[in-house]
Amino acid sequence: MSVAAEETSRRQHAAEAARPDGALRRSSDWARRAPLLPALIFIIIVTQLPFLVTLVISFMNWNAYYPDEIGFAGFANFRRVFTDANMRDSVVTTIILTAAVVLVSLFLGLIIALLLDRKFMGRGAVRTMMITPFLVVPVAAALLWKHALYNPEYGLLNGAITALWRLFGSDNPPQPDWISQTPLISIEVALIWQWTPFMMLILLAGLQSRPLDVIEAARIDGAGTWQIFRYLTFPHLRQYLELGALLGSIYIVQNFDAVFVITSGGLGTANLPYTIYQTFYNAHDYGRASAAGVVVVLGTIIIATLALRTVSSLFREESR
Amino acid sequence: MTITDTAPVPATRTAEGKPRRTRPARGGMLLGVLAWLIGILFVLPVLWMVLTSFHSEADAGTNPPAIAAPLTLQGYREFFGASTGTSPWPSLLNSITASVLSTVLVLLLAIPAAYALSIRPVRKWTDVLFFFLSTKMLPVVAGLLPIYLFAQKVHLLDNIWLLIVFYTSMNLPIAVWMMRSFLAEVPVEILEAAAVDGAGLIRTLRQVVAPVVMPGIAATSLICFIFSWNELLFARVLTATVAQTAPVFLTGFVTSQGLFLAKVCAAAVVVSLPVIIAGFAAQDKLVQGLSLGAVK
Repeated sequence: MSVAAEETSRRQHAAEAARPDGALRRSSDWARRAPLLPALIFIIIVTQLPFLVTLVISFMNWNAYYPDEIGFAGFANFRRVFTDANMRDSVVTTIILTAAVVLVSLFLGLIIALLLDRKFMGRGAVRTMMITPFLVVPVAAALLWKHALYNPEYGLLNGAITALWRLFGSDNPPQPDWISQTPLISIEVALIWQWTPFMMLILLAGLQSRPLDVIEAARIDGAGTWQIFRYLTFPHLRQYLELGALLGSIYIVQNFDAVFVITSGGLGTANLPYTIYQTFYNAHDYGRASAAGVVVVLGTIIIATLALRTVSSLFREESR
Repeated sequence: MTITDTAPVPATRTAEGKPRRTRPARGGMLLGVLAWLIGILFVLPVLWMVLTSFHSEADAGTNPPAIAAPLTLQGYREFFGASTGTSPWPSLLNSITASVLSTVLVLLLAIPAAYALSIRPVRKWTDVLFFFLSTKMLPVVAGLLPIYLFAQKVHLLDNIWLLIVFYTSMNLPIAVWMMRSFLAEVPVEILEAAAVDGAGLIRTLRQVVAPVVMPGIAATSLICFIFSWNELLFARVLTATVAQTAPVFLTGFVTSQGLFLAKVCAAAVVVSLPVIIAGFAAQDKLVQGLSLGAVK
């Protein structure tokens, strides 16, 4: 962050030169900090404090149904998180769900962004159409997929199959029960539909920040389309791909809406947020829910550290 | 709006088409057609949702689908409680209250903070900025239980103010990042010159700061509004009958209730409408908000 730091010190020097007096400078430091404090204090109280409490509860034996047995539990809750079959399954489900949705939507988003980066008739209209899925309220989108598309009797998917089969004179088209037969894939498809626009937007922004003069020069020197993509576009896009993947992971690891609406966590689709919700809201096992929460946080910290690094490298580039 | 408006595009971009013109145009046309097909495929479920919401329940439940069925407002009448008597208005109003008030609170906290991180920066301002970002990466589900227990203790469960405070904290990091990147575009030299010339604070704000910052405030508010409006998990756990929001109301449609597809689609359209409007209004700033200001 050297450039940013230089900028800061330049501004600070300017301010300090105007007020050489030490006491005055200290008071001016506080004058600078004052506007920052309300937001900082607020965010610490509302987001950091509850997490500390979660950390404490995760080491406690606390089930609201057995109020007499509250006490210190050591690592028992954590042991149960990793030995309990339900909990372990939900850890695996979370990883599969997140990885599948992020990778597929990133790939689709890249292809669509490349298509949209070219000039063609109605480019603005296609871009608007592409964004629309992202703007449907998540719960509403999940309801739409569950009832209007996947429903085996009147859903659009089976309806389209029936229409297509009739077109070719067949009267018994296959009518799969999508959600029962492929529950996790059903959730993934619905989420991919919502998240591809997000990836596309980030990658399109990346494509449009390419140094076009370099690409122009390469083309004049006789580089082919594939070579330009492989050696110029892709390396430039890399950090945008990383950013999309990391931010996507952070949002999708936390997904609750789609699992809750489409399968209500049944058929082996319960991910960690859903299981935590259930452990705490239905089973009232506060200790175990907190331990699972801590596990989610530890898992996210790894992704988040990488994400922060990518953001900061983009940030440095921007302030250059 | 065209795409080229959104990014600071170098002048060479206009020349981009020239070398391509020597190639056969057919491949380019095919790729354009492909883009259209993918776009239509992605928007199709939304169009289907809107179309079905205007069909009668009998027409919505046919297989194969009755595309050309007559249009009716029956689904909407049912959603607004024509036969059941349960109106979605209280939850829609709760959603409006929670989203609007939390957005106002976010702006009140984020603008001064962004000022202290850009125009008159504190020491180590980048560290502070990244601290805000890291709070956004903490999974919210990990803080749910303590907030619930606290609310239970002080009798704030099923109170819309609890959601307002939580949504404020949820959106504050995004708002700080976005507002900082907008405030960083304010020309500091002009601010200093204005101060030397003795221009009053109000005048400086109105004539120098506002033109640069107002579009940023608008985009930030729209994005915060969308995130608050969409939130389900906390609203579901922390509210019951009095303060329930629109997404919680929608969860009433999770289990099938016979022929109710038109009603469900009408519900999805009504609840999504504010977000779709806000989203298209903030279209060119959407990436910046979603990527927490990392991408412009």
